[in-house]
Amino acid sequence: MTIISKLALAASLVTALTSVSIAQENLKGLTIGFSQIGSESGWRAAETSVTKQQAEERGIDLKFADAQQKQENQIKAIRGFIAQGVDAIVVAPVVATGWDDVLTEAKEAEIPVLLLDRGVDAPEDLYLTSVASDQVLEGRTAGDWLVKEVGDADCKIVELQGTVGSTPAINRKQGFEEAIAGHANLTIARSQTGDFTRAKGKEVMEGFIKAENGGADICAVYAHNDDMAVGAIQAIKDAGLKPGTDIKVVSIDGVPDIFAAMVAGEANATVELTPTWPVPPSTRSRHFSPMAPNPQSSSSPSPSSTRLPTIPRANTTPARA
Amino acid sequence: MKRLHLERLANPQLLALAAVLLINWILFPNFFRITWQDGRLFGSAIDVLNRGAPVAILAIGMTGVIATKGVDLSVGAIMAVCGAVAATMVVAGYPTPIAVIAALGVGVVCGLWNGFLVAVLDIQPIIATLVLMVAGRGIAQLITEGYIVTFNDPTLIFIGTGSLLGFPMAAVIALVLMILVTLVVKRTAIGLFIQAIGVNRSAASLAGINSRMLLMLVYGLSGFCAAIAGILVAADIRGADANNSGLWLELDAILAVVIGGTSLLGGKFSIPLAVVGAIIIQAMNTGILVSGFRPEFNLIVKAGMIILILMLQSPLVGSAIGFFRRDDKRVVSK
Repeated sequence: MTIISKLALAASLVTALTSVSIAQENLKGLTIGFSQIGSESGWRAAETSVTKQQAEERGIDLKFADAQQKQENQIKAIRGFIAQGVDAIVVAPVVATGWDDVLTEAKEAEIPVLLLDRGVDAPEDLYLTSVASDQVLEGRTAGDWLVKEVGDADCKIVELQGTVGSTPAINRKQGFEEAIAGHANLTIARSQTGDFTRAKGKEVMEGFIKAENGGADICAVYAHNDDMAVGAIQAIKDAGLKPGTDIKVVSIDGVPDIFAAMVAGEANATVELTPTWPVPPSTRSRHFSPMAPNPQSSSSPSPSSTRLPTIPRANTTPARA
Repeated sequence: MKRLHLERLANPQLLALAAVLLINWILFPNFFRITWQDGRLFGSAIDVLNRGAPVAILAIGMTGVIATKGVDLSVGAIMAVCGAVAATMVVAGYPTPIAVIAALGVGVVCGLWNGFLVAVLDIQPIIATLVLMVAGRGIAQLITEGYIVTFNDPTLIFIGTGSLLGFPMAAVIALVLMILVTLVVKRTAIGLFIQAIGVNRSAASLAGINSRMLLMLVYGLSGFCAAIAGILVAADIRGADANNSGLWLELDAILAVVIGGTSLLGGKFSIPLAVVGAIIIQAMNTGILVSGFRPEFNLIVKAGMIILILMLQSPLVGSAIGFFRRDDKRVVSK
C-alpha cells in the first residue's frame, strides 16, 4: 500500500515543513470513501461541505456516505467502500464502540482508515490515525469560563448532553466536570441527552425548567453543542425568562447562530472549533464566515485544539491526505 | 347507558395513560401544576400536549393507512421535506400563507405518490413507502442544502409556538384535525370502506368499493398530516432541520396507532385512541425528562413501559382478565 508510506512520510515531514503541498499533489485521482455521521448540527454540515470542497481542490474522487446518525449505516458504508476498493477510508464515528470487526475487514483489505473528529474504542493498529479535537479540553474550557463567571456565587447547572455513548458527549461531560470539580458552589443539577439537535435541546430544556421551579433555580445551562443551546435559548424565552441573564448559556462549536445569539445577549460563551479539516480563511464556506462575537462575553478561547494519538502535531497532514 | 359509558372509559389505552401519568406524578409531584404565564398555560402536562402533537397528527394519518392493512414509513421524511419547503419559501420572501399552502401541497403530493405505488402499481406498502422514507430526507437536504434554514417569520413562528385560549397551537391543531378526520370517517361510509379494504381488499373491490381511489385518499391524508407535523416542528425551532426533523417519528406514529388498538393487519380502527397512544408516548418522554433519570436509561424505561402497555392489550391477557371477572360474578351470584 503506497498510500500508507506516503502519509507516514508526509506526517513526519510536516513537523519540519509547514507546507503540505508535496502530499497534496500526489493525491490526484485517488478515491477516498468518507463515512459522515449525518448533519445533525450546523457544525457538521459545515464539516461536510468543507470536506467535499477540499477533496475537489485536490482532485480526489470523494465517495460520500451520510449515515443519518446510525452506526449500522456507517458500517454498511465502510463495507461498501471496501468492496469498491477505495484507496483510503475516512470515518467520523458516531459512537465509540463496536468498530473492531469492520476496521479489521478494512485492515485485511489493506485500506487505511482515518478517524475524523471522534475517537473509537478499538486497538490503535486498526486505523492509521485519528484527527480529532481534544474534546475533554473543550468541556474543561467551557467549565473554566463558568467557574470564573459565577465566582463564589452558588450555581445550579443543567447539562444538555450529546448523543448517549458518543465520544464528544462523554469527553465534553468529563472535561466540564473536571473544571468545576474543585468548586463546591457549582453543581450539575440535571443532565439529559438532547442528541445534539435543536428540537431535542428545546424539549429537554423545557422539562428542566419545569423540574427546577419554573427555571428560577437554574443558574446556567451547559450544552454539548451550539444547536442544543439555540433550542434551550428558545425554551428559556418561552418560559418568560431571559437567556444570557437569568440563565447563563455556555456551549461548544461556534456555529453562526450562536454568535447571532451572543450578539443579541442571549448566549454567554461558546468554545469555537473550526471544522476539523484545516482550511485557510479565504476558502472557508460562506456559512462559516467569521462573525464578531459579543465583546462583553469572554468567548472563544482556543480555536480547534487538535490532538493526534499516533503522530503528535502532525494534525494537518492526514487531514489533507 | 351510564354503565356502557363507564366501560368504554375503562379501555386499556386510557388506563395506560392514567398509569403513565400517575407514575409521572409520583416521580415528579409538580407534574400537574399548571400556571398562567404570558397569556398561556405553562406546565409539564401542557408540554405533553404540545410535544405530543406532531406524533398525534402523524398518528391520525397513519391510522387510516394501517386500517387498510398498509403502513406509511415515509411520514418522517415527508415532515422534513415540508418543513424545508415552508422554511426556504418564507426565507425567499414568499408570503407565509403561500409557503404553508405549498408545503401542505408537497405533503399531499408525496402521500399520493405513495398511494400510487400501493394502489395502482400494487407494491407492498412497506416497500413502497420505504422509497420516500430514504429519498425524502435526501430531497429535504437538497432543498436546505444541508444546512438548518432559520427564519423569523412571525406568522410561521406563531403556528409553532403561539397559543390559542392558553393552549399551545400545535395541540389545538392536532385536536381540530382529530375531530374533523374522525367526523368524516365515522359520519360517512368512508370509515366502513377503509375497514373493508383492510379486512379483504379483493372482496371490498368486488363489493363495489373503489379501493384504488380510497387507498390514494388514505395515503394522501397521511402525507397531508405529515406536512402539518413538519411545518409545526420547523416553526417550533424556527428552522428547518432536514436531517433531524421527524427522524424516526414514523416509528413513534406506528407505535401510537398500535397502542391505540388498531391492528397492523388492518380492519377496525380508532383515530381518537391513536391520538391517546401518541399522548401516552409523549407522557413517557416528558416523564423521563422531569424525573431526573440518567439519559442512559431513557430507552430502557420507554421499552419497558411499552411492553407493559402492549401486554395489557394482548388478547391472551384480556381473556385471562375476562375469565377472572366471570369467576367473580359467579361467586357473587351464588
